[in-house]
Amino acid sequence: MINWANFISQCFNGLVLGALLALISSGLTIIYGTLGVLNLAHGAMFMLGGYAGWLTWYYTHSFIAAVFAGALFVMLVGVVIERVVIRYFYTRQHEDQLLVTFGLGIVFVETIRFFFGSLSKAVPPPAPLVGITPLGFMFYPTYRLALLGIVAAALLALYVVLYRTRIGMIVRAGIEDSVMVDSLGIDVYKVFMLVFGIGAMAAGFAGIVNAPVVSIAPDVGEGILVQTFVVVVIGGVGSFPGAVLGGLIAGEIISITSMFDPGYSYVMLFVAMTLVLVLRPYGLLGTAGRE
Amino acid sequence: MRELMRKPGSLAIELLTALGLIVAPFVLPHLGFAPSTINRILVWGLFGIGFDVLFGFTGMLSFGQSAFYGTGGMVAAYLLTQLNFPNVTAALFIGTIAAAVVGYLIGLIALRRTGIYFAMITVAIAEVFYFVEFNPLSAYTGGENGLPGVPTPVINLGFTVLHFDSDRSLYGFLAFWFFVGMVIALRIVRSPVGVILSAIRDNPLRASAVGHNIHGYKLTAFVIAAAYAGFAGGLLGVLQAFMPPDAFTFDTSGQLIMQTAIGGAGTLFGPLVGAAVWLYLSDFLQNALHLGATWKLVLGLVFVLLVCFLRRGLVGGIKDAYALLTARVGTKATLPAASPALAVISPEEDKVTRLAVVKDPALAPMPALYRQDDNYSGPILQATGLTKRFGGLVANSDIAFTVERGERRGIIGPNGAGKTTLFRMLTCEMAPTSGRIVFRGRDITGMTVTDVCQLGLTKSYQVNQLFSGLTVRDNLIIATLAALRGKFRLDLFRSLRNIPGLAGQVTRTLTLVDLAGRAERPVASLAYGEKRRLEVGLALASSPSLLLLDEPLAGMSPAERIEMVKLLKSIGQGRTMIIIDHDMDSLFELVERVTVLQEGRVLVEGTPTEIKGNKAVQEAYLGGVRAA
Repeated sequence: MINWANFISQCFNGLVLGALLALISSGLTIIYGTLGVLNLAHGAMFMLGGYAGWLTWYYTHSFIAAVFAGALFVMLVGVVIERVVIRYFYTRQHEDQLLVTFGLGIVFVETIRFFFGSLSKAVPPPAPLVGITPLGFMFYPTYRLALLGIVAAALLALYVVLYRTRIGMIVRAGIEDSVMVDSLGIDVYKVFMLVFGIGAMAAGFAGIVNAPVVSIAPDVGEGILVQTFVVVVIGGVGSFPGAVLGGLIAGEIISITSMFDPGYSYVMLFVAMTLVLVLRPYGLLGTAGRE
Repeated sequence: MRELMRKPGSLAIELLTALGLIVAPFVLPHLGFAPSTINRILVWGLFGIGFDVLFGFTGMLSFGQSAFYGTGGMVAAYLLTQLNFPNVTAALFIGTIAAAVVGYLIGLIALRRTGIYFAMITVAIAEVFYFVEFNPLSAYTGGENGLPGVPTPVINLGFTVLHFDSDRSLYGFLAFWFFVGMVIALRIVRSPVGVILSAIRDNPLRASAVGHNIHGYKLTAFVIAAAYAGFAGGLLGVLQAFMPPDAFTFDTSGQLIMQTAIGGAGTLFGPLVGAAVWLYLSDFLQNALHLGATWKLVLGLVFVLLVCFLRRGLVGGIKDAYALLTARVGTKATLPAASPALAVISPEEDKVTRLAVVKDPALAPMPALYRQDDNYSGPILQATGLTKRFGGLVANSDIAFTVERGERRGIIGPNGAGKTTLFRMLTCEMAPTSGRIVFRGRDITGMTVTDVCQLGLTKSYQVNQLFSGLTVRDNLIIATLAALRGKFRLDLFRSLRNIPGLAGQVTRTLTLVDLAGRAERPVASLAYGEKRRLEVGLALASSPSLLLLDEPLAGMSPAERIEMVKLLKSIGQGRTMIIIDHDMDSLFELVERVTVLQEGRVLVEGTPTEIKGNKAVQEAYLGGVRAA
């Protein structure tokens, strides 16, 4: 039953899923690290990206336009909810922040359901990326191969923004000590708005580029959100490298377990999370005090 | 509700609940509630009582309650449908126990972290339960079909047999158990454990520093919530004659949270009210307005607006409005989000004891509580080679420090000399990089701050660490409970009134720190000097034999300083104290010996007179900031 081609192909699937989870989790983790808010609507951002992209594709039949639309629309949504809602919750308790973002997630999901119904929508991959590619030892769907590249490029872009730009420096400084950043005379509110936008955009971008692999539906973000949480717990909250490492670990666990029995993939994910919590309570690459 | 709860031993809430449950089936149908809806509200309400103990009272927001709801329901339904277990009520209890055991195990994992980590872990755990129920365990749970054929309860009372097989009669069964659940929860939140849960919500750091094992209490709250969830899950199966697999979904946890927030967390009745609003609106929007699936969007918006503008929910809002309306002219309406448990020692009753105490000429300062190894006669505290490094910075370096029993010791030193770091290590808030700390002949290095406090060593903080949402009296009750009950005890059903010595010790401490007239005020409304005295009072209430005071005079006005010095003198009798302060005149007046720290080392030690004349000390200070 288990042959090597199948195993390698599953490992590849794991890599693709892992890279995707890494991207989404990075968005969640930089928002939390900088703003101190855990965005429970992050799964909904993923879903919104898919729908915004699908709508654009529906009218233009351009996949590239769809990707841009999905990412930018969700960034806009992120900026708006930061400005209109989240901003008033920085001084409130963590529980209130969780409640309000949880509620916003539901509002987004139900709004989409209201306009587009519960049935899933499909976005086909762009024409050059349709079909399968022979890799010598196995055949692999071309778009998934491309997806790995696309997501890796997005992660790299995020890395460059975080580690090679001024705004990235402020964000990383904010994760370490937001009070200090504030006292340095930097307008933290502007930074917060931008970070929320970028973090949301990471999820929205993932939502549309993943649409050709898994069709989109209003509640597609829920499962993603749960997996993202496991990734962040494994990697350590507030850590970009942690999100990447955690994402890859989670992706491989899900894919390889699915080869034996998909029913156990979450159980194995949970076992991994528990092990990390017992052995390294702050996550593999996390630091104490960020919670 | 708080008003109602003020009377000690009052059963007003219990009676009103019973009355409400009896009247409800006659009134609610006229408001458009279907009988089956009323029954579902009760199940959600019962589910929510446990959740409210966890979230509203302890401050832990779990997104994974569906796991326990489903577990309890499935175990009960499996017993009844697959094993033909004869007794419905007994099956419900077995389901409850199963959910509580699962809750205990899950709690051990989820409580390894707090805050958002706790929320994320509970989400993940609930999702795992959902998948396990659907796949690996589908042979037992029926997978996506659930378990149909759950029987209705039949109770043989000997003289008559009760059948609960219609909506109406089942209401009686559900209402009875809701009532029992409410009575138990009211007892719990009024018990010492309930008080400590509110302390954890308010300030977990101080709750553990005054000597409570907060991890144990959090786990207790988690198990209580799981047990209620399990019982409610079992009732769901009975109610629908079918145990649905979607009890395990994330939606279930989400709906519970939203209902609780809509009704009002921290009120026990909030979830019930929230469920009524939720189910009524969902029926109304779907059936009367024909909104179809849009009802959830409307409820989602309602929820977001409530979280934004009415955080305490409907019940909380009503309570606030009531308090505003009944507030006497000229008195500011203060709305402490206090635990009802704390209200049982009534002010009237207390006035009597207070007067009695004040009249007592031998008003002794709080005696240090005598502890087991009391015939120990060596130095009370001995630290050797204490070193603390933060990365490259050495905050304390090879400090040797001995304090004799009954001594009053001062520690001075310029800013950054490592005074506070030394205190944090001595109270075991922070582990030293190297070195040993011996308290009353016992090596306490590496112990927790909670255990050390229980041994009789505690401190008052440089920056106030109070339970700021509670009243002054509540604050002192919390600290005193740790001294009287030890660090962990499950007296869930005991009333605060039945704890020998509690009222007396709280009143004594109140008088001692001169806050007796402020006892019922919420801490947030106190003046700074009063807060500072309460900070000392919290440390004092646990009757320590060694009391550390970190800058007790910081930020006080000259008049407040005089008061505080007087207070410190009186509590210093028969007690060992170590005091850090920058106010040299006051400090030298208070202490017998002074240790001077500079750059993390002991510079010199001696009597105040010796220190005043010491060249090295003058140099150390002139080099830095010149203190008063």
